[in-house]
Amino acid sequence: MPDIPLLAVKNLQIAFHSRSGINEAVKGIDFSMEAGETLAVVGESGSGKSVTALSLSKLLPPPPACTVEGKIHLEGRDLLALSEKDLRTVRGKEIAYIFQEPSTSLNPFYTVGHQIEEAIKLHRPDVEDVKGEVINALDIVGIRMPEKRFRDYPHQLSGGMQQRVMIAMGLSCHPKILVADEPTTALDVTIQAQIMDLMQSLKDKLNMSIMLITHNFGIVDGFADKLIVMYRGKIVESGETEAVLSNPQHPYTKALIACIPKLGGKSDRLETIDHSQLAG
Amino acid sequence: MPTLIEASDLKVYFPIQEGLFRKSKQFVKAVDGVSFSIEQGSTVGLVGESGSGKSTIGKAIVRLVDPTAGIIKFRGELISDLNNQVFFPYRKKIQMIFQDPFNCLNPRMTVASIIGEPLDIHFPKLSRAEKDDKISGLLTKVGLEVDHKNRYPHQFSGGQRQRIGIARALSVEPEFIICDEAVSALDVSVQAQIINLLQDMQDEFKLTYLFIAHDLAVVEHISDFVLVMNEGKIVEKATAEAIYAKPQDPYTKKLLDAIPKMPTIAATGTG
Ligand SMILES: Nc1ncnc2c1ncn2[C@@H]1O[C@H](COP(=O)(O)OP(=O)(O)OP(=O)(O)O)[C@@H](O)[C@H]1O
Ligand SMILES: Nc1ncnc2c1ncn2[C@@H]1O[C@H](COP(=O)(O)OP(=O)(O)OP(=O)(O)O)[C@@H](O)[C@H]1O
Ligand SMILES: [Mg+2]
Ligand SMILES: [Mg+2]
Repeated sequence: MPDIPLLAVKNLQIAFHSRSGINEAVKGIDFSMEAGETLAVVGESGSGKSVTALSLSKLLPPPPACTVEGKIHLEGRDLLALSEKDLRTVRGKEIAYIFQEPSTSLNPFYTVGHQIEEAIKLHRPDVEDVKGEVINALDIVGIRMPEKRFRDYPHQLSGGMQQRVMIAMGLSCHPKILVADEPTTALDVTIQAQIMDLMQSLKDKLNMSIMLITHNFGIVDGFADKLIVMYRGKIVESGETEAVLSNPQHPYTKALIACIPKLGGKSDRLETIDHSQLAG
Repeated sequence: MPTLIEASDLKVYFPIQEGLFRKSKQFVKAVDGVSFSIEQGSTVGLVGESGSGKSTIGKAIVRLVDPTAGIIKFRGELISDLNNQVFFPYRKKIQMIFQDPFNCLNPRMTVASIIGEPLDIHFPKLSRAEKDDKISGLLTKVGLEVDHKNRYPHQFSGGQRQRIGIARALSVEPEFIICDEAVSALDVSVQAQIINLLQDMQDEFKLTYLFIAHDLAVVEHISDFVLVMNEGKIVEKATAEAIYAKPQDPYTKKLLDAIPKMPTIAATGTG
């Protein structure tokens, strides 16, 4: 089936309903992903990147609090029409997440080793030495003394270590699509490079696709095949990473790229975007 | 300028759990003999490997963890061994913006009460209208909509939540702010807006910052002085210019070498 993309999203609309009114977080977007491809999603804080990612396996609050419309097809299957039971096999096994904030996804009452163990048992029941697999997973994300860290609770780890535990957990599910929402915000540049190389090599080995949500243009430039730029609930520009970065078309993309802080750029004030100049 | 904050031979050790009942003999030396001082009105950048002890230094200053050894002084006064009652006035003067905003925003409180709570504690004489004005002003400054002040933390995006934490820290007019990865969840434009705000407030009120971050370009921009940490120790300290132009320590060199190059953007000069 060469013509069916791995993931096809059509006219996706996401709205939050509350007493104070409706918040249209995503206003009709289209995109697709192929197997083995890295798609970067960049854009303004609050533009709808994370909620788009969460909608892929129905992780948003149920209606009436939140409504999702449009089509989300994974290998031709309509995900929005799946039952909660069928969705459980999609989550983790087919689409795994590295969430933006560790505290929203790591359970404070279990050791990190136990949490990765559970994820592996659930999604890769054929693995025999689960504990060995967990220790290896912690090791390859650069956590020293993994046998000792196995027994740590999340609060005993630094922010960047918690983030790497989530990365280890996401990667050990061997998903078809890995959604990595700001996976490197808490990591120094040396470990950041190590993690990105690791994701790249696992991607090649497993033919995994990565949806990489990030504010870090260094990572986008180095790792993404394609790029989506979001602004206020819409995709304002998309295409091959190199094409978009070297020749941005939309005023928001141009303005955003101009704001990237540069080493040695000794100006007194940093550039910001004048939104009144941008036609929504 | 006088020294505002000073740490001498600060150590923070955490015991390693060896099993439920056995007493631990091993320690994680999170901060292992660190000394530095920060002048009033200046910004010191703190960079280093993940897990090297940066957040722990911040937490020791605001008394969220107890130092194992060493001292911390604020305006020459020893603050590292005060009891809670005597430390109270320093809770207004010293604020910390935390790395993981979700963790430190009470999920059951609206944004208005999250930002208003420290005001109630430290400015009990403010009238309701004054307090409302202050909250609205802060929300606007960090780029959030005033209409959203009755929302709860989970109703925001990650970067919006981070800005709620920033507004809360600014609300009590502190003298010293520890910014722990305070702008890392923001797109480059909003990040620039927040950094400009921090710098404006520094110019106006002589605010002092300890700025913990992984983005070396941002650290270079905002810092007068930079500390580089590795495994609980400060391995290099120098002015921002000197560190970037002539790094001395091997770890600092490794860090600077690992900065992503952005070949496409650099090549086309769009940036
Ligand atoms: N549970 C919720 N209830 C109401 N509104 C929400 C909820 N979750 C998100 N939103 C709103 O939806 C919009 C999009 O949020 P989203 O988290 O997708 O932003 P984002 O692009 O990921 O931003 P960031 O870069 O800051 O993480 C925001 O305006 C946010 O306030
Ligand atoms: N409450 C705690 N109990 C036990 N160990 C802890 C605790 N807090 C921190 N540590 C340990 O102290 C060390 C330093 O952690 P810290 O959070 O200060 O690092 P960091 O430099 O801020 O790293 P990052 O850049 O990843 O946020 C780590 O090894 C961590 O596991
Ligand atoms: Mg987000
Ligand atoms: Mg930290």
